[in-house]
Amino acid sequence: MYVADTRTRPAGPGATPGLPAPPPATRAPAGLAWRAVPATVLVLGTVSLITDVSAEMVTAVLPLYLVTGLGLSPLGFGLLDGIYNGASALVRLVGGHLADRGRRYKSMAALGYGLSALCKPALLIVHSVAGISAVLAMDRTGKGLRTAPRDAMISLAASPEAQGRSFGVHRAMDTAGALLGPVVAIVVMHAAADGFDAVFTVSFCVAATGVVVLLLFVPGRVPQPGPAESGPGEQAAVSLRAAVSLLGDRALRRLTLCALLLGLATVSDSFLYLILQRDLDLSGEWFPLLPLGTSAAFLLLAVPLGRTADRFGRWRVFLAGHGGLLVAYGLLLAPAGGAALPAVVLVLHGAFYAATDGVLMAAAAGSVPQRLRSSGLALVQTGQVGARFACSLLFGAAWTAWGDHAALAAATAALAACTAAAVALRPGRAGLRPGRVAR
Amino acid sequence: MSVRARLAVLAAVVMVLAGVATAAVVHASGRAAGRDHQQASGPVIRPGRVVLAAPAGERLVFRSTAWGPHRDELVSVPAADPAGPRTASGVRCLRFHAAGGTGICLRRVPGAVGESYRAVVLDADLRERHHYPLGGIPTRARVSPSGRMVAWTVFVSGDSYAGTVFSTRTSILDTRTWRLEGSLEDYRIVRDGRAYRSPDANFWGVTFADDTHFYATLATGGQTYLVRGDVTARTVTTLRSNVECPSLSPDGTRLAFKKRVAGLPADAPWRLTVLDLRTMRETAPAERRNVDDQALWLDGRTLAYALPGDYGSDLWTVPADGGGSPRRLTTAALAPAVVG
Repeated sequence: MYVADTRTRPAGPGATPGLPAPPPATRAPAGLAWRAVPATVLVLGTVSLITDVSAEMVTAVLPLYLVTGLGLSPLGFGLLDGIYNGASALVRLVGGHLADRGRRYKSMAALGYGLSALCKPALLIVHSVAGISAVLAMDRTGKGLRTAPRDAMISLAASPEAQGRSFGVHRAMDTAGALLGPVVAIVVMHAAADGFDAVFTVSFCVAATGVVVLLLFVPGRVPQPGPAESGPGEQAAVSLRAAVSLLGDRALRRLTLCALLLGLATVSDSFLYLILQRDLDLSGEWFPLLPLGTSAAFLLLAVPLGRTADRFGRWRVFLAGHGGLLVAYGLLLAPAGGAALPAVVLVLHGAFYAATDGVLMAAAAGSVPQRLRSSGLALVQTGQVGARFACSLLFGAAWTAWGDHAALAAATAALAACTAAAVALRPGRAGLRPGRVAR
Repeated sequence: MSVRARLAVLAAVVMVLAGVATAAVVHASGRAAGRDHQQASGPVIRPGRVVLAAPAGERLVFRSTAWGPHRDELVSVPAADPAGPRTASGVRCLRFHAAGGTGICLRRVPGAVGESYRAVVLDADLRERHHYPLGGIPTRARVSPSGRMVAWTVFVSGDSYAGTVFSTRTSILDTRTWRLEGSLEDYRIVRDGRAYRSPDANFWGVTFADDTHFYATLATGGQTYLVRGDVTARTVTTLRSNVECPSLSPDGTRLAFKKRVAGLPADAPWRLTVLDLRTMRETAPAERRNVDDQALWLDGRTLAYALPGDYGSDLWTVPADGGGSPRRLTTAALAPAVVG
């Protein structure tokens, strides 16, 4: 059974509505999709891919390392995870704000990636529960610091009509790395005859390569906003107050509110897999494969759905993603089982991430002035991550009180209600004014 | 810097890092090869026949972690001379227990897509009777005194970015009907007299009283409980809090367990403790170190347990009544069972 939810991977950035369709004249023909993705986005995608290979290598062997390598009884900890999650949300805000000051997106991202890279050799040195918890917390801090600046760089590099596509390409590359990581770990474990130190060392080398690619190939200067695109307040200073006052903007406030509302009704992955496993009486050995199903669907659908979002409206795609999740919940609640059920649920779950994860950032980018891009994205992400964390606590409590299916039924009702509320709020409308769209 | 210069820098850095990575793998692989050579100071180990019965006096069967060709094999030694020469069976297990002529061996199985684990039920000649796939890393195994019922616990790790959330899954198998209860979480939980359910319920460390009743640990809401379970009624009932990995004495009156003691470091929070089930009074054996193991009763008075040692772990023993002092039984050993 799962103790608490901690999945933060695809939740990285969040999800919400968004930007509207660009005017038809600016639409790129389908074949130009890749060409229309800026080089910076491809480089950032490469950095994420490499970094995820490194991170997931460690994730894949860490349980075995703790139990057989260190002889720890792992149930003693893990509960602290939730606290780190909360802290990482704050770190995200800090990282986002600091990056906007002096437009230091690249430096902040490098700091974040570098910090996480340094955690790998640290694993070779520490052998206690406290030490390992500290290293994992540092790793989370690195992830928190880099996420918003990186997403800001993606949104600043991409043209307004290519936001969804660019985030889609980035998320697809990121997920590919996450899928590759465990495979690399297995190969190294095999070659090194169960040498965990070899896995950690190789993981560090991979992470360091990611940092070097970032330092060498991501442009350090972000173009200044031209006079034509300076919206209200575009010339003002970058301050904490300015970042907070972003919420004064109606479009962004509504967007954040929608992300938060929908996050409150998004059951954590762990719970979803647990219900799937219990419903199907899935044998334990298949259990670890469930997240791979979600990731594979996410990987395959991130780019097409990102492009769909650019074309038909990010807000619509974002809502449709939640609709898909609603269907997945419904299928889990329905009495009918069948061999196809887990596949359909996992595809819908992956599609949900593909339709909401990068798409939310693409949507939010349109409501945040350039000079506060990273703070604004961090704000939306934090709202969503915090809401999802709250949801996993509530869901756990509901499970205890009512049982798994009743809890899921409640979550389904909540998701339906929140989706309806999000439809009513229609944050995407603000984005329909072309002057407000990104850049 | 021109693109070409940057590519050159990248190539140079990747070369250096690839060198470091390769060196780490080669070093680890060489070190592993060293473990296949018998250590000079280690116990004498000879291949031979190991059975889960002892016509010629009591014997101890356990996993030998001594370096050499028989590393991780089940070995047997006379109970009277546990540090003496070991007879190696050729059967490899990570965790093991035996009673009533039945053995349970939790084993690692190398596969094309990484490691997997398997629970293997052994007959008295250590031949496989049945095996079952495991969904996690093996940690505890027990056989009921008659040899009919078998239980095991594995660690299952959650899918989280940093991978630190663990849960356990405990299964119970009837070797007469081969009916497998995949997870104790499907049992009805009665806590403080009332039905209870929670997604964070975790079970581990079963010890059998007979073929129907058992004790185990239930963790939920940040608390651990001693539960008494009934296989027929499919129910577990909480008896007491702060009890982990119980082990029932041969006469069924006492439980040895790990007790989490406040004020001890988070890494080493446990003390070996004995609970008298008639009086519910606790006794602290003379072992004052952190014991993270499901203890074994060597007889009605003596406990055996594993502590970290130079070659994985060593087996130690201490009187259950609080007297005496801890004594090392043998080095490089884990997961013992008494046969005979």
